[in-house]
Amino acid sequence: MKWVLVGVIVAATTVGEVLQAKGMRRHGEIRDFRPGAIGRMLSVLARNWMVVASVVAMAVSFFAYLGLLTVAELSFAVPATAITCVTETALAKYVLHERVSWLRWAGASLVIFGVALVSA
Amino acid sequence: MNNETARLRWKTWACAAVVVASNVCGNYFLKSGMPAELATPLDYITVLFRPTVTLGVLLLILWLASRMALLSWADLSYVLPVTSIGYVLVAIAGRVLLHEQISARRWAGIALIMMGVALVSGGTAPQTYIPEPAAGADQ
Repeated sequence: MKWVLVGVIVAATTVGEVLQAKGMRRHGEIRDFRPGAIGRMLSVLARNWMVVASVVAMAVSFFAYLGLLTVAELSFAVPATAITCVTETALAKYVLHERVSWLRWAGASLVIFGVALVSA
Repeated sequence: MNNETARLRWKTWACAAVVVASNVCGNYFLKSGMPAELATPLDYITVLFRPTVTLGVLLLILWLASRMALLSWADLSYVLPVTSIGYVLVAIAGRVLLHEQISARRWAGIALIMMGVALVSGGTAPQTYIPEPAAGADQ
């Protein structure tokens, strides 16, 4: 059961975070963190379908995560879902067109090996 | 490193610190407030009204908001490994506060994660794509 939940979390998180990154990139760099500016930003983001879809996907991930926490230890639950690091790095290169240098692949790989050890 | 690059790097690290801290604290409160079992779909809703779970959810909302802000200028392939330091802190919080066991294998995994974080945060720039013209940014 816990691996089914991990699968749901990974799929929903990957889709959600790539959409979130694409939506926020379309919005542009946030420079003003005053309350009024944040309020205006939220109203703009509420009309950004990629951000809205990403929140829905993250909500699916969140409730699956709540279920996972009832059947697994915290020190398993969080690291086990880190496989998203690989799926999202690949999508960052091919969908978001980021320059993923060997240092980034190496860093992501170390994280994944570390996660495999932590959740073993 | 020119002024713009330095500004972006410091801003990225400050925001990443908020992302990591809210994630670690949010997960801790969520776990410590969870019951042993969620039997029905209604339980998934009612559990949100436990004070510690509510605090955990609020912190995870802060995590989501700060992460969205971070992604408005930083690469996803940069944010992912750099914020992975949170996995290490969560494991340590589980050990110290919830008395979960961390074996030698888990400590080795934690060391690898930290090396990955250091490699990406120290060795690459936060932004590699060319920003598109903003469509509604607060500038």
